[in-house]
Amino acid sequence: MEVTHRIVLRFPPAVSGKPIVYRLVRDFDLVFNILKATIGLEDQGLMVMEITGEEANYRKATDYLSKQGVRLQPLHQDISKDDDLCTDCGACVGVCPSEALRIERPSMKVVLDPDSCVACGECITACPVRAMKLTF
Amino acid sequence: MAKTLEEINEKIRRGEVVVVTAEEMIEIVREKGAKEAARTVDVVTTGTFGAMCSSGAMMNLGHAKPRIKLGGGQVTLNGVPAYAGLAAVDIYLGASALPESDPRNAVYPGEFRYGGGHVIEDLVAGKEVLLEATTYGTDCYPRRQISTFITLEEMNEAYLFNPRNGYQNYNVAVNRSKRTIYTYMGTLQADLGSANYSSAGQLSPLFNDPYYRAAGIGTRLFLAGGVGYVVWQGTQHSPGTKRSDNGIPLGGAGTLAVIGDMKQMDTRYLRGASFRGYGTSLMIGLGLPIPVLDEEVAAQTGISDDDILAPIVDYSGAYPNREPEVLGHVSYAQLKSGSIEVAGKTVPATPLSSYPRAREIAETLKEWISAGKFELTAPVAPIPGAESGQVMKPMPDRPPTAGLE
Ligand code: SF4
Ligand code: SF4
Repeated sequence: MEVTHRIVLRFPPAVSGKPIVYRLVRDFDLVFNILKATIGLEDQGLMVMEITGEEANYRKATDYLSKQGVRLQPLHQDISKDDDLCTDCGACVGVCPSEALRIERPSMKVVLDPDSCVACGECITACPVRAMKLTF
Repeated sequence: MAKTLEEINEKIRRGEVVVVTAEEMIEIVREKGAKEAARTVDVVTTGTFGAMCSSGAMMNLGHAKPRIKLGGGQVTLNGVPAYAGLAAVDIYLGASALPESDPRNAVYPGEFRYGGGHVIEDLVAGKEVLLEATTYGTDCYPRRQISTFITLEEMNEAYLFNPRNGYQNYNVAVNRSKRTIYTYMGTLQADLGSANYSSAGQLSPLFNDPYYRAAGIGTRLFLAGGVGYVVWQGTQHSPGTKRSDNGIPLGGAGTLAVIGDMKQMDTRYLRGASFRGYGTSLMIGLGLPIPVLDEEVAAQTGISDDDILAPIVDYSGAYPNREPEVLGHVSYAQLKSGSIEVAGKTVPATPLSSYPRAREIAETLKEWISAGKFELTAPVAPIPGAESGQVMKPMPDRPPTAGLE
C-alpha cells in the first residue's frame, strides 16, 4: 500500500543530510519532496519532507535513518502557544528557524503562525516560562 | 513654573491629577515642548518586565511545635535550597537557587526547569509548597527535622527583597563564535546570527529618571503587581558610566534595590523563568512613577527610543573574559525595528523583556494614581548620582600564595 508521511528529520552535526536522503530513493524506492531544510542550532541539519512510497519500505527507511543517528518526528504534531502563560518576552523569536514566531509591530506582541511552523521544537526549551507546547 | 510633590499629591486626592505613561509623554513633549508639558502633566509612569536574577524572597515561617531552629541548618522549599543563616525561622530564597538534584549543565545545555524563581511564583500563586529542614537541636529549639506544606498566607512576613532590579540600560548580546551559545541573554546563534536586548527602552524607569531625582531611598513604586519601595542603590550601581549629551548612560549604569509585600503580588507580573544552558531566574514587573516637578523632568521623561543607545557586546568572547570591547552602539528604535547592523552584517534583533507587559504596568500605575489609590513619595535620601563618579568594581583575583599551602 502506498502511503505519504510528513516528517521532520534532524541530522547530528557529523552526518551530512544529502547522501542519506538520496539513499532513500535508491535503496527504498521512496519519492520525497523537501519542504524545508536549514542548518539550525548546534549545526544540526533540519529537514522537513514529505515521503511517499510503500508502507513497508517507509518503515525500513525510517529504521535506517534512526541507525544513522537521524532523529525523526512526524509533522502532525501541533505547536501551540499558551497565551495565558506567554509574557510576550520575545525569547522564542530569535531561535525560530521558520519565522513562525514573530513580533507584531508596533504592539511588540509575539504571535505564532502555525502554518509556517516546522515543529523543530526549539521554542519549547527556549521559552523561559514554558508557554510553547507540542501536542500530539 | 515648578510644582511641589505635595501639590501633586493634593491633586491625586482631589482626583484632578494628570497622569500619562512615558510613551504618551513622548508625543506631548514633542508637540507642546517641555515647558508646556511640565505645566499640563503631573506624573509620568514607567514600566519594565523582564528577568532580574538578583531577586529573592525573605520569609518568616512561624514557629513549629516543638520549636525548631532553621538558622544554621538546611532548608529547602519544593527541593530548592534556601538560605538559613539568620534567626530560627527566617529564610531567604534567591531566584537562581537550584535543587541539589538538578543536573545543571551536565547535559548541555541544561533545561533548569525549576528553581528559586519558580518557588516564589508558586507561593504568589497561592500554591502549597513543601518545606523540608534538618538542623541541630538546642535546649530551647529541640526539634531537628520538619517536613510540612506551607502557603504564603500562612507565613508571617513574606516580602521580595531584590538586591538589583531596574538596570538603567543594558548590553545587546551577540555571538561571534562558530557555535550556538546559551546565556542569560537567551540563546545566541553563531556567526552574529542573532542580537538579543533586554530593556524596555523609552518606557524603562531609569531612562526616564536619568539622574535619579525620582528614584531614591523610600520611593514608592509598582512591584510585581503590588506596592513596593526603593530601599537602597542596587548592587553594581554605576552612575558614573559614560553618558550621551542627553544624560542617558551608554551602558549598564544605575540600579535599584527594591522591597515589597509578596502577599499583594500577582503572577501576571512575577514569573519563574528557565534560561536554557544558564539557570533559573525571576521575571519581575517594575514601575516607577515620576513626578513632573519642572521642565527638566518633562524633557527627560519625553525621551524616546531614538535617543537611547545600547552597547553591542560579544557574549562568546568579550563578555565571559570581562574584556571591555564593545562592537558599537545602537538605538532602541533600531533594535525594536527587528534588525541591526553589526560589523557590516544585518543581524535580527529580538527582545528578552516584554514591551507589551511594560506598557501594561505603566498603564496600571497610571490607573492607580488617577484613582487616588497611590500617592507619590519624595526620596528620604538620594542614591549616589552621576557626580559621585561611582562605577562597578571587578572582583580581585588574589589567591593565597602557594608557599602557604
Ligand atoms: S517549533 Fe517553535 S521554533 Fe520550531 S518552527 Fe515551530 S514555532 Fe518555530
Ligand atoms: S519565549 Fe515564551 S513567553 Fe516569551 S514570547 Fe515566546 S512563548 Fe511567549
